[in-house]
Amino acid sequence: MVLFLQQMINGLSVGSIYALIALGYTMVYGIIRLINFAHGEIMMVGAYIAFILAVNTSLPFILILLISMVLSAVIGVLVERVAYKPLRKAPRISVLITAIGVSFFLQNLALVIFKADPKIMPELIEKKPIAIGPLQVGTVTVTTLALSIVFMIALDLFVKRTKPGKAMRAVSEDKDAAVLMGIHVNKTISLTFAIGSALGALGGVLYGITYTQVFPTLGVLPGLKAFIAAVLGGIGLIPGAVLGGFVIGMIETITKAYLSSQWSDAIVFGLLIIVLIVKPTGILGKNEKEKV
Amino acid sequence: MNNKMLKNYAINLAVVILIFTGLMGMMATGMLNKYHQGIIIFILINVILASSLNLVTGFLGQLTLGHAGFMAVGAYASALFSVALKGQMPNLLLLIISLIIGGIAASIVGIVIGIPALRLRGDYLAIITLGFGEVIRVVINNIKITGGAQGLTGIPRIASFQSAFWIAALVILVLYRLTHSKQGRAILSIREDEVAAEAVGVRTTYYKVLGFAIAAGFAGVGGGLYAHYIAFLDPNTFGFMRSVEILVIVVLGGMGSLTGTIVAATVLTILPEALRGFSDFRMLLYSFMLIVMMLFRPQGLFGTGEFSWQTLYDRTKLVHSALRKREKRGGIDGSTGSK
Amino acid sequence: MALLEANNISIQFGGLKAVDNFNLQINDKELVGLIGPNGAGKTTVFNMLTGVYMPTEGDIALDGRSIVGKKPYEIVKMGASRTFQNIRLFKELTVLENIKIAYHHDLHYSTLSSILRLPSFWKYEKLAEEACLEFLDIFEMREYADTLAKNLPYGKQRKLEIARALATKPKILMLDEPAAGMNPQETHELMETISLIRKNFNIAILLIEHDMSLVMGICEKIVVLDYGKVIAQGTAEETKNNKDVIRVYLGE
Repeated sequence: MVLFLQQMINGLSVGSIYALIALGYTMVYGIIRLINFAHGEIMMVGAYIAFILAVNTSLPFILILLISMVLSAVIGVLVERVAYKPLRKAPRISVLITAIGVSFFLQNLALVIFKADPKIMPELIEKKPIAIGPLQVGTVTVTTLALSIVFMIALDLFVKRTKPGKAMRAVSEDKDAAVLMGIHVNKTISLTFAIGSALGALGGVLYGITYTQVFPTLGVLPGLKAFIAAVLGGIGLIPGAVLGGFVIGMIETITKAYLSSQWSDAIVFGLLIIVLIVKPTGILGKNEKEKV
Repeated sequence: MNNKMLKNYAINLAVVILIFTGLMGMMATGMLNKYHQGIIIFILINVILASSLNLVTGFLGQLTLGHAGFMAVGAYASALFSVALKGQMPNLLLLIISLIIGGIAASIVGIVIGIPALRLRGDYLAIITLGFGEVIRVVINNIKITGGAQGLTGIPRIASFQSAFWIAALVILVLYRLTHSKQGRAILSIREDEVAAEAVGVRTTYYKVLGFAIAAGFAGVGGGLYAHYIAFLDPNTFGFMRSVEILVIVVLGGMGSLTGTIVAATVLTILPEALRGFSDFRMLLYSFMLIVMMLFRPQGLFGTGEFSWQTLYDRTKLVHSALRKREKRGGIDGSTGSK
Repeated sequence: MALLEANNISIQFGGLKAVDNFNLQINDKELVGLIGPNGAGKTTVFNMLTGVYMPTEGDIALDGRSIVGKKPYEIVKMGASRTFQNIRLFKELTVLENIKIAYHHDLHYSTLSSILRLPSFWKYEKLAEEACLEFLDIFEMREYADTLAKNLPYGKQRKLEIARALATKPKILMLDEPAAGMNPQETHELMETISLIRKNFNIAILLIEHDMSLVMGICEKIVVLDYGKVIAQGTAEETKNNKDVIRVYLGE
């Protein structure tokens, strides 16, 4: 039982990382209906930035984290401006391919700069077990969970309470109507990429710390899983991404611990398939029928 | 068959034979070495994979991201067959039967996946096919008969340039004929407007599954060729990224353009090889070029049109007569219109 | 027995009863107009008759056979075809291809004969080419045969959509607000097209419109719908003088 609870906490911690990354996917999809395949790479970039700072400076962890998030946000916005914005009126599949191109590009850029071999992430969070009753939980796990929750609450408040947040929701509801209401759509899209990328970078840094490594293809697998999480919860929906992230994290951890680590991916993808067949719009999504 | 069509068939056949003998000649004289030959075979395999995906994505209008899964099914099914029966029949016969088995196996998997998946549209279909593709990969990775993660060895290396060339030509011919028939029109109508297609009596589900099954089958054939050229199968080469690579060829060539697919498959297979001189920067340049190409030609190289010699001829004639007219008038800006 | 018969059909969306106990009989070769103000439930009725929605109660029979629960393409095969309020053509295909797609039930060759180009393929493709061109002749659209549907002017797009629906060889043609978005000249052309159909094809037509003048001018029978209920039924003259109809259209 104790072991199971411990696994649950691990699952929550992994899930919170997925949730952070899934938020970026879902926000971008919500606003421009693009599966941003480059998002996993933004996460990887965030992890590398933290790695460089940690190796070369003695800045405190929280500052390293913030710098990484800000720089990744800038890169995310830059990618949108250069590679996606010119294609806003093009067929959607062209933008998808461009996103894939950006993903390759960032991966190979990292490969050229840092080479393929994994770099050891310095111990940014002091590792020691914390006892919660009979449970032994690592500091990394606790910090990951705490930081994720703090930023998710901040995002929720931002989207619901602030003017730019409301603009974001308006643009994702109806772009044309938003323009008529005087909302600056391009700015809002950039803002969405900035926030999504910053959260992705946060996920990346935490992922790097949890698995103590950084490497050029770091973003691929968690990116894919986070994307599944976003779909599972209902793509385009912020609470859906969080829910999906936790669900995927839990299932993955539990299947790895109790069933088989080889098959855990198949179970995750199988779950995705079942959810899509039963309810394509995801757990929290609304079903919509095409109007005739 | 009218005269114009007969002429077109004759021209195309002549061009295909010309390319074939040309390449054969260059291989015989050593102008193209073993390494070049390998690249050409990969181009042909990519033509098969991408043109089959084009049927689903370009002609049928359904975005899928799991094509590598069907390639894997075909590769493993055909390889397992030929491993079991190698030496017991002539190589060419063994290859043909293996490829047919690979194609049928992939096709069956395509139908099984297609029936539930094709009820979904747009991005959701893309995602569910991605899921199925990955499940196929994980399954191959974890069962005994496929050799699991260690890979499958001992496959007879019986695919050659000749067989790959004619199979690719056959696949293109079949796809061209299929798309230019009543079935092809039904498939196109689904891409254009599924609701309207149903309203004029097109059995949309049937044609979607049909297109999907045929595409999966050809992907299986492509996979089978790959298996019998490389002679070794590693499940992780059939991941999501492989599906993406095939999709990139389709989009770059033009959705619904088979000739575009052939050109794009050639360009995108040669490009990374041609960039080898840049060593580490190779893939960086490749991805950069991909982005630039999409930014400048979002509709792909050929759009939805097919290249045909007739149109090229008509067009050059048109250009020539326009130039001549301009020459007669002395050109608009006084130039002769020649350059 | 009527060609198309809707018996007490109702449909409910959540708590809202969009159509309530709707009845309709259309006889062979009859031209019936279904009118009503915006939001009266006309399109909902239409979508039930064409299999897009399934009525929660009641039955719809075409030629004596129930069409409830049938897929739209099955209903087409049974002999009812339709057009859409917001024209839905196969935009990137040519005018001729648009017609050929609707004509494909009469082309009896298999996928295999397409691939092998067997004689049956050539035979039926030739037939399709000729029949569809002839078809375009009836509508005086042959000159547009190789034009992409999206490049046609608006009035011609509507005409093509109607021609395409007729190419499925229906017993009844259902037109969903065909005059929507048309200028007077295009509307006039549309009325000509409808009388052309009456002359050349022996079929019934159900016309949904909120443009009273169009319906009054050509329909033999008119059904007036308001808030999902039939409030009047009869000839143009009868409905024109019905006090409920006047109330609905002119206010009290």
